[in-house]
Amino acid sequence: MASNSSSSTAQQRLRIIAGHLQKRPEDEHPSVAAQECKAETSRSNPSSATPVPKRRQEIMKWNGWGYSDSRFLFNKKGQAEFTGKRYRLSGLILPSLKDWFEGTFGANLQHKSPATPTVNLSAVAPPDLNEPFVEDLKAAGVAMSHDPEDRVFRAHGHCLHEIFALREGRIGRVPDMVVWPSCHKDVEKIVELACKHNVCLIPYGGGTSVSSALECPREETRSIVSLDTSQMNRILWIDEKNLTAHVEAGIIGQDLERQLNECGYCTGHEPDSMEFSSLGGWVATRASGMKKNIYGNIEELVVHIKMVTPRGVIEKSCLGPRMSTGPDIHHFILGSEGTLGVVTEVTLKIRPIPEYQKYGSVVFPNFQQGVACLREVARQRCAPASIRLMDNEQFQFGHALKPQVSSIFTSFLDGLKKFYITKFKGFDPHHLCVATLLFEGDRGKVLQHEKQVYDIAAKFGGLAAGEDNGQRGYMLTFVIAYLRDLGMDYYVIGESFETSVPWDRVLDLCRNVKERIVRECKERGVQFPPLSTCRVTQTYDAGACVYFYFAFNYRGLSDPVHVYEQVEHAAREEILANGGSLSHHHGVGKLRKEWMKESVSSVGLGMLKSVKEYVDPQNVFGNRNLL
Amino acid sequence: MASRALYSPRHPMLKKRDSFEDILEERRHSSDLRYALRCYTPTLYKGLVPCKASMLKSIVLQSDHLQYVIKQVSSESGDSTECVAEEASLILDEMAHRLQLSTVRFFVFTLSKAFKRLFRSVCVNEEGIQRLQQAVQEHPVVLLPSHRSYMDFLMMSYLLYMYDLPLPVIAAGMDFMSMKFVGEMLRMSGAFFIRRSFGGDKLYWAVFSEYVKTMLRNGYAPIEFFLEGTRSRTCKSLTPKTGLLNIVMEPFFKGELFDVNLVPVSISYERILEESLYARELLGIPKPKESTSGLLKARRVLSEDYGSMYVYFGHPVSVRSLTEGKITRSQYNLLPRCIPQKPSADTHEFLNDTAFRLVRIQEGNMVLKPWVLIATLLLQNPDGMDLSSLAEQTDWLRHLALAFGAFLDWPDHAACSEVISCSLALHRHLLSVSAGHVQLSVTDAPQVETTPEEAVFHQAVVVLSCASYRNQILHVFLRPALLAVAMQSANSNRKDDVYNCFNFLRNMFSSEFILCPGDSVQDFEEACYLLMKRGVLQVLEHEIVMSASGHSTLAFLSSVLDPFLQGYQVVSRYLCEETNENLTEKEFIPAVRNFALKLILAGRLKCYEALSSDLQKNALAAFLRLKAVMKVKVGDQVTLKVNKIAVNSLEDTLGKSDVISHQNSWWSSMAMFEIAI
Repeated sequence: MASNSSSSTAQQRLRIIAGHLQKRPEDEHPSVAAQECKAETSRSNPSSATPVPKRRQEIMKWNGWGYSDSRFLFNKKGQAEFTGKRYRLSGLILPSLKDWFEGTFGANLQHKSPATPTVNLSAVAPPDLNEPFVEDLKAAGVAMSHDPEDRVFRAHGHCLHEIFALREGRIGRVPDMVVWPSCHKDVEKIVELACKHNVCLIPYGGGTSVSSALECPREETRSIVSLDTSQMNRILWIDEKNLTAHVEAGIIGQDLERQLNECGYCTGHEPDSMEFSSLGGWVATRASGMKKNIYGNIEELVVHIKMVTPRGVIEKSCLGPRMSTGPDIHHFILGSEGTLGVVTEVTLKIRPIPEYQKYGSVVFPNFQQGVACLREVARQRCAPASIRLMDNEQFQFGHALKPQVSSIFTSFLDGLKKFYITKFKGFDPHHLCVATLLFEGDRGKVLQHEKQVYDIAAKFGGLAAGEDNGQRGYMLTFVIAYLRDLGMDYYVIGESFETSVPWDRVLDLCRNVKERIVRECKERGVQFPPLSTCRVTQTYDAGACVYFYFAFNYRGLSDPVHVYEQVEHAAREEILANGGSLSHHHGVGKLRKEWMKESVSSVGLGMLKSVKEYVDPQNVFGNRNLL
Repeated sequence: MASRALYSPRHPMLKKRDSFEDILEERRHSSDLRYALRCYTPTLYKGLVPCKASMLKSIVLQSDHLQYVIKQVSSESGDSTECVAEEASLILDEMAHRLQLSTVRFFVFTLSKAFKRLFRSVCVNEEGIQRLQQAVQEHPVVLLPSHRSYMDFLMMSYLLYMYDLPLPVIAAGMDFMSMKFVGEMLRMSGAFFIRRSFGGDKLYWAVFSEYVKTMLRNGYAPIEFFLEGTRSRTCKSLTPKTGLLNIVMEPFFKGELFDVNLVPVSISYERILEESLYARELLGIPKPKESTSGLLKARRVLSEDYGSMYVYFGHPVSVRSLTEGKITRSQYNLLPRCIPQKPSADTHEFLNDTAFRLVRIQEGNMVLKPWVLIATLLLQNPDGMDLSSLAEQTDWLRHLALAFGAFLDWPDHAACSEVISCSLALHRHLLSVSAGHVQLSVTDAPQVETTPEEAVFHQAVVVLSCASYRNQILHVFLRPALLAVAMQSANSNRKDDVYNCFNFLRNMFSSEFILCPGDSVQDFEEACYLLMKRGVLQVLEHEIVMSASGHSTLAFLSSVLDPFLQGYQVVSRYLCEETNENLTEKEFIPAVRNFALKLILAGRLKCYEALSSDLQKNALAAFLRLKAVMKVKVGDQVTLKVNKIAVNSLEDTLGKSDVISHQNSWWSSMAMFEIAI
């Protein structure tokens, strides 16, 4: 017995030592990480996955989308190419983009509208610092900066008017300083001091807002402090029994997914902005991911949220999967858009990485048939991880982004496919549209599922159009944001916006909003018909999410941004008049505030206001979003 | 843009109208047959969903809306859904048009012949046609012609065929169906038939509204209907109905269409085919039965000269721009769109307002011939006029009418006397001219002895026929005339007092004339503006003062309304003096007519227009609206309960504006004034 027990103790010891040796330098290991709040050392290690440095401008554009090394341009031969090495499209030539671009917008490569190359630092107002606050913060050891570049970077999201102004070198009100908390405790300290010294805090996650949520309110007279959560980016623990992970809210989507993948898990939450957007941002805007059909939207993914408010920390007492304890307090936090506090830690559901993934695509003779098919798929509740339907304009746009084909054989095959669809099947190339699909799960089930969906599609005249088209469709969602910057180099401005709408109104809403855009542009003197296109990006039991892209050539307009804003405003009015919602996942921010009362009734708005009043009577979280 | 056109304050002098082309010109020089058989390739709506008439039926029957109502009716009545669906299908069969190009071609051929015989010219504003061609491509179109004659919709289809525009489907009253053959012919040329009243019949309403909406949504064909609901027997525009207007607007309200274009069309006739028929109808003289004798009469109709006809296609009015800021479309968000929804109060108000404005556009684009001015003058001078003074006064009136924005077609280079003699010739059957003296009178006097009653009716036919021409210009004079009368009855120069009287009269006459509800301030201001511009009035801050030269114009304007004031007084006197407890609604018209007839025979009333059932009906409607008379349902009969005190006081107020004493004095006063200067 004794020897027995001693040998088992020895083995146990060995295991523990082995465990220590195997331990990776990253601090995601549950037991240790929780205590290592101030572990600056581990973070300074360049091999650790922290692609979001404090000085973001070192790797990201200060006046455009994404990484500095990745951008579209027209080379000397007039061919479009995508620079860098990060994406599948990187380094490739896109031969048909120029013709599409010129043909669609009436643009001309001779007519350039280049951006100001560097930040004009003299245009940045000197910081209005609240000295006692700064002193106290220093004492607490929180990282901070009032470098103009840091401040400018955090004064905007990616609305058209924000980027347009930066490109022209115009800089409005910017935060007076930036602070980088590294853990929940830091945030508590910052919020406490902010209340004490009455400064305005604006939480900043990934900076991908498209609702003017990050704009500093003009009327704000206090010192504005941007609270950048990017350094709170650790997975604190993973609970394999319950399939949950506890994560700091500053982590950005791609890091979260990559790190979970390394452990064999994923959240499955993939909004189009997931390269840059943060967990806290998702919670604060009620984000939606491409694969929500399997994994759910953010509100279905969160199990527990911790938020620091001026009143203190709000959180639930347990990790129960569902509770009946009055209105769900999570729903005060979800979508609060930084008006109530800072989300610091979130417990999320996780799933094992799916065994098998398969892309697919279906071509429909027209948009109506496509929508009818998506509706049927939703009715049968057999939507794949993702199913998206592009209209004809977007289908053509997608074609314009096809890279140069490497072999004659591929181009021959493409020709043959086109012939089959347009001539043999009689699809009108000016009406046909395409749905892209993504299936996930175990292999057998995926194949079965795939068949079911293609069978439904066939009933609506849909023809399977291959994995490639599907995969390219999804890849494009990541590069499309880069394309706007290219357009802006040549007098073309544009943006996307979204809504959700009951099934029976999808077609009417799409048609009316697209037409309204065309008409408003014409009435406001836009010389060339705009690109006005849409796609259905999510299906639900009772409706769908619809995404609009809208862009136009602004040559000849004295105030293009104003025209743009008027048209977008009109488009939103049209959406609301056609039974669409104010937003499906972008949020309200300051851009869509004026419609809040109409959207949620004045009692509803009053409820939200009274929560704000209780939680933050001083309006420390003074970004003035939402309400 | 369109909505601005509809709501802009009127500046009559600035109103620009298109010029006309005579479409018969070409018809007189080339083969009608070849024309009827020519290749017809209409401009189409860009969002057209191609569909045959037979498919249309199944789309309607399968529609969510109709299916919903079928289920609802079935559960309420206990009949099986199949049974109700069958009923719906029968209703649709009874209703649906069967537009056939061959029938249209037949009509084109015969109508070409007929039009050439009837009319000297048929004039169309081709700019309006071009606008329509544009509009037809962009959005579904609703054609809203005025309705004065059976000719109207034949002419509309004829014109649309002629200009390669899509042929309309036309909402027609069921009464046509009594003429079996004609009904079917019309059906094949695009008419669809609706029952005159189907108040509570949910299923009928659902079939009907879905049928119209389906055609509109699919861009099947322009929908044509008459806002006024029926032919106006008096040539005054009728108070518009809003039911069909709501149906054609709903697809826009519910987001099913981006927009709908409403095109008001004004059809005016120099001489109306049904002229004396209408007068007889108004006097309650029974129509000759539709029979061979009718056909013979029709032949006589064909042999007469009806002068010119004018069709003016107005600017397309976009429903979208009309509703801007007036209708919140999101009110339709919370109910599935297939569930029928009664228009909300604000929608209802909007529909009503729009309908009135559209009718006013129709009025404004009606062409007025010189005869209209002459008829106005002759009616004010029952004892006749000398040709020379007729010429003088017509010329004066012409300038007044033009100043008020009348769309007057006065020959360019003709002397006034020449114009007058042409007009008199065309309408000679209403006149007697002898020794330079013109008088309205019965020309084809019957051979046999007539009773005094019959003589009165014969004269009344002439007067009412003539009045139907004067009525065409009433909309031009109406507002200033109301102001003129208000000034007389107010007995005060205070603007407030005058306005109150104006408002009272406006309320009184709101069934009689097209007066947009809620526009009383604008109307008042418009009247002031017109009369001020004409130098008749000075409008000060708190006072309205007549200028020295204004009397004659005011007197003329008051006389314009005189027959109506007198007529309403006759009705109120009848209600006070003659009625007992059991006056039924049905008896009302014949009884008032008898009362008026007695007054005329006794020499106490000179106003023949008081015999018009239209006026009597409108007067009753006014008293009902002002709650001086109540409808009470007793058994299955509706009786009228008269509040004699209220009627009496209304009569008194009307009496204050009684201008009998001023009648005919306006011209002499002007003459005197002219002598004075």
